Amino acid sequence: MTAFPPGTFSPAPGRAGVGHMLAVHARTEARLTLRNGEQVLLTLLIPLALLVGLSLLDIIAMPDPRVDQVTPRVFALAVMSSAFTGQAIALGFDRRYGVLKRLAATALPRWLLVAGRVAAALAVVAVQVVVLGLVAFALGWSPSAGGLLWAVALVVLGTLTFGALGVLLGGALKAEVVLALANVIWFVLLLAGGIVLRADALPSGMAAVVRVLPSGALTEGLSQALIDGSAPAWWVWVSLLAWGGLGAFAATRTTKLT
Amino acid sequence: MSAAAVEVTDLVVRYGSTAAVDGLTLRAERGSVLALLGPNGAGKTTAVETCEGFRRADAGSVRVLGLDPVADSAALRARIGVMPQGGGAYPGVRAGEMLALVAACAANPLDPAWLIDVLGLSGSTRTPYKRLSGGQQQRLSLACALVGRPELVFLDEPTAGMDPQARRLVWDLVAALRGDGVSVLLTTHLMDEAEALADHVVIVDKGRVVAEGTPGELTAERPDAQRLRFRAKSGMDTALLLAALPEGCRVSEPTTGGYLVTGVVDPQVVSTVTAWCAQQGVLAEELNVGRRSLEDVFLELTGRELRS
Repeated sequence: MTAFPPGTFSPAPGRAGVGHMLAVHARTEARLTLRNGEQVLLTLLIPLALLVGLSLLDIIAMPDPRVDQVTPRVFALAVMSSAFTGQAIALGFDRRYGVLKRLAATALPRWLLVAGRVAAALAVVAVQVVVLGLVAFALGWSPSAGGLLWAVALVVLGTLTFGALGVLLGGALKAEVVLALANVIWFVLLLAGGIVLRADALPSGMAAVVRVLPSGALTEGLSQALIDGSAPAWWVWVSLLAWGGLGAFAATRTTKLT
Repeated sequence: MSAAAVEVTDLVVRYGSTAAVDGLTLRAERGSVLALLGPNGAGKTTAVETCEGFRRADAGSVRVLGLDPVADSAALRARIGVMPQGGGAYPGVRAGEMLALVAACAANPLDPAWLIDVLGLSGSTRTPYKRLSGGQQQRLSLACALVGRPELVFLDEPTAGMDPQARRLVWDLVAALRGDGVSVLLTTHLMDEAEALADHVVIVDKGRVVAEGTPGELTAERPDAQRLRFRAKSGMDTALLLAALPEGCRVSEPTTGGYLVTGVVDPQVVSTVTAWCAQQGVLAEELNVGRRSLEDVFLELTGRELRS
């Protein structure tokens, strides 16, 4: 069909409602993440394997019940995997494929371009936490009820903090470099950043450093909330806010569309 | 009287010390098709991206629908459609999803399913973008540019990587847009495309305008520089032919076996040429008297050497 009735393309420009744009953008981003096999491996399967493995096997010394110790660490890992590593890699390749420029050329406001990604990241993290939480319950997890709201607040703040750092990494470098760096940083922070081994299990000099890393701070904060049922220490909030603030500040200066 | 669709005045855009656009001035009228024609590296994409608000002018001014593309970016982007060079989509997004997302940004979008069908992508709505062929990616990109019912569209090399059928479809679409009052600014290095589509052609080279006008104006002959072309066996001695032709005519063999007579080409000249061929015992093939093609104009203006 190549004949177009007159009036087919008569101009009727205009911007859609903000809520509609945000919803469709966030839904598209979240779907793409959950459909991507490598992303699911990173954000769900590895955390699940660690949750089950560390809970059932006596690999690392920790007090019983082991699942109560493991679950907060796995939540922290899930947040880091998804908001930092997954976000950085996706952004690196999205830029390569020109989607940021494509969307920046539509009526979508620039702030919404960020807001849609943030909303999608929060939605994916929610899916992760629900799945991991259900498996943890099946393994006998009994979180401290008093800390649940604190934990939710920390997961949201942690997603924003790691998300800002992920955008900082994924927004400036070539896709392949982003891929390599994001995975290396993920691995180093997992092993030596206070997640698998909590800060107080590390030598004292290193422990002080690890506590101020976003990975260490988030793990400590989630452990305090979910194991002890207490409000996370002030330095947990300060560390996450500082990393997130600095990351976001730097990212607004370094992020490129292509 | 509303502002021009695009008005660029003395535009300069530099990358470091090189000026990709170096004093460009052009005006695209509402409801018309303007083709920016030039070799690779002529500054076409840079000029278009400045009009879209992706780059800042180092000097000069740009007004699109009367707006400043950078300062009034939000207002402008709601009114234009953009097909960036090389497309643009999430690597894993399905064609249908991508178009639905872009459509969701517009107040009164065209029906994405209809547009997908028009562009021959209905068999690929669930194919991830990175698995689409180059031509399919281009068609999706075109759909994204049109779906918001814009009043002005920028098409940067819209037919690059497309097969002849798809190119023809793009031409039909551009004609339909123009018929419905949509302004179109497209870039191309294809002469036939510019000749077929554009009301106004601007030839750019090295960031400057080297010629502009309607295709008819650009290809018009001076009365004493008409051309007669024919093919015959190569290497014939044309001295006798030249002697038989009126004063002021020139004869050359620019390509092997391809002869060119320039001057005032009247019926007598055509008769002289065919008589001479008959004397030589050769058949003059593909004999034609014609205007210059846009390609002739383009090569005369921008030279024959290869561009990077």
